[in-house]
Amino acid sequence: MEAYTALRQFADSWGLLYMTIFFVGAVIFAFRPGSKKSAEEAARIPLKDD
Amino acid sequence: MRFGTEIILVGLAAFAALIAAGLAHDSAFQAHMWVLFFVLLGSAIVLMRNTSFAPAGAASIPLRADVDGYMDGPIRYGVIATTFWGIVGFLVGVLVALQLAYPDLNIEPWFNFGRTRPLHTSAVVFAFGGNALIATSLYVVQRTCRARLFGGNLAWFVFWGYQLFIVMAATGYLLGITQSREYAEPEWYVDLLLTVVWVAYLIVFLGTLFKRKEPHIYVANWFYLSFIVTIAMLHVVNNLAVPVSPFGSKSYSLFAGVQDALTQWWYGHNAVGFFLTAGFLGMMYYFIPKQVNRPVYSYRLSIIHFWALIFLYIWAGPHHLHYTALPDWAQTLGMVFSIMLWMPSWGGMINGLMTLSGAWDKLRTDPIIRMMVMAVAFYGMSTFEGPLMSVKAVNSLSHYTDWTIGHVHSAALGWVGMITFGALYYLVPKLWNRERLYSLRLVTWHFWLATLGIVVYAAVMWVSGIQQGLMWREYDDQGFLVYSFAETVAAMHPYYVLRALGGVLFLIGGIVMAYNLVMTILGHQREEAPMDGSVTQPAATVQTAG
Repeated sequence: MEAYTALRQFADSWGLLYMTIFFVGAVIFAFRPGSKKSAEEAARIPLKDD
Repeated sequence: MRFGTEIILVGLAAFAALIAAGLAHDSAFQAHMWVLFFVLLGSAIVLMRNTSFAPAGAASIPLRADVDGYMDGPIRYGVIATTFWGIVGFLVGVLVALQLAYPDLNIEPWFNFGRTRPLHTSAVVFAFGGNALIATSLYVVQRTCRARLFGGNLAWFVFWGYQLFIVMAATGYLLGITQSREYAEPEWYVDLLLTVVWVAYLIVFLGTLFKRKEPHIYVANWFYLSFIVTIAMLHVVNNLAVPVSPFGSKSYSLFAGVQDALTQWWYGHNAVGFFLTAGFLGMMYYFIPKQVNRPVYSYRLSIIHFWALIFLYIWAGPHHLHYTALPDWAQTLGMVFSIMLWMPSWGGMINGLMTLSGAWDKLRTDPIIRMMVMAVAFYGMSTFEGPLMSVKAVNSLSHYTDWTIGHVHSAALGWVGMITFGALYYLVPKLWNRERLYSLRLVTWHFWLATLGIVVYAAVMWVSGIQQGLMWREYDDQGFLVYSFAETVAAMHPYYVLRALGGVLFLIGGIVMAYNLVMTILGHQREEAPMDGSVTQPAATVQTAG
């Protein structure tokens, strides 16, 4: 198989799957139970310093 | 300060430039190397005149005492450089606008449009925007990590190396040296210089993140880091080329044909996405909360904003190549990803604007917040317009017309310009330890001049762009084109004059800002009545107390 076809097939199968899972994972992680408190703490970081 | 090593290295580099001028393969390269030689020679002389000859121990004690404080020297220089290059870039912008309206202003050979246009784009994007990003990122990373910059004087190398890149790029354009890749016009040797500077920048930024005292990395740093890393990747791949001679200004790209076109727009669109968007979002997520003195509306939304932007932007480039030899599926892919960008754009805009919820009254009393809010509003508007223009049917009308130019300027003047102005107004009193700005009334003047300038510019370009697109596709009943190309150019004249007027308003606003910042740095305070509705002296003073 030529390189173009191979790369393209990889991109629209495993590559796409990997990126979708990573993104959905990032969203779930951001909204996991108990994240609200740590997010609120992180949001205050710039206001702690002068 | 002692500059022993620096003097030797700059002197050697000047000598190398002199030799390169002697061995030059073409006259443009020779002239460019003479420019480099004199710049480096001048720098070496300045360093020698400022170096200290005191024993090493005496000089190093106060430096050691400062280790726990923040390193703000390169940031102060960066703020001044941002202001200076901003004025230069806006001025050249007015010049190119007038050249389009009055072709007699094309002064051959150095100042014709083909050379001044990249001078304008590089001056505003890389000199103004780049300096703003470097300065603010180094400021923000120290404050949010509570750590001094990593790498000692490496931050100074980043600052001066970047200025040298700007000078070499700008003089190269005027000498006629270009590799004709949009927003990446500098030739191979200037690209190599930028690569070295950029790696040093990455080391300073990452090193500071590694030695942070704050356990969590604040989201603004995520945006800044993604900007630094992605620009490194884009710059290296887009500029893969073989020089004709090690002493010549010409090189040939590794890519050809449609692959080359796609590489260029993969670079070009992600320069928009990661330089002009991600980097400046880092600014938004730090300076808006600071100026309003409230945390960002939703930190979790900012994380989604970040990942969505990262995953989507990189695929949007092909929308610059609709109806070309690029495979149809790739064009459609670019269009679909551009449409999906509506989500992170509007998520980010809402997050920025809602940070003001409960403090909307500050819009009336604090013109700096007004500027930042206008920036976020333009971010929302131009990232709504962009995906719309990437739809193939719309693109068939808008592409190659002034509509595109209007879109770029509403984003660049409205979003990038305004958020940078806001950050500069915030930074200068802090960095020079002043109680407040010289004048808040002048900030209001700047705000209205800039806003009016952008509105004039964008509205005029919509009209001219759509008229241009419609004239190009107008057929008569015989199937012939109704207008010759020259007729469509002539019809644009009044719009081009008005566009220059919009640019002049924006430039005057920039000059007002420069005056205000210089007076603040010099320690003056203008006696003036407080802004309408505010009981006490506005935000700046309240901030220092809190």
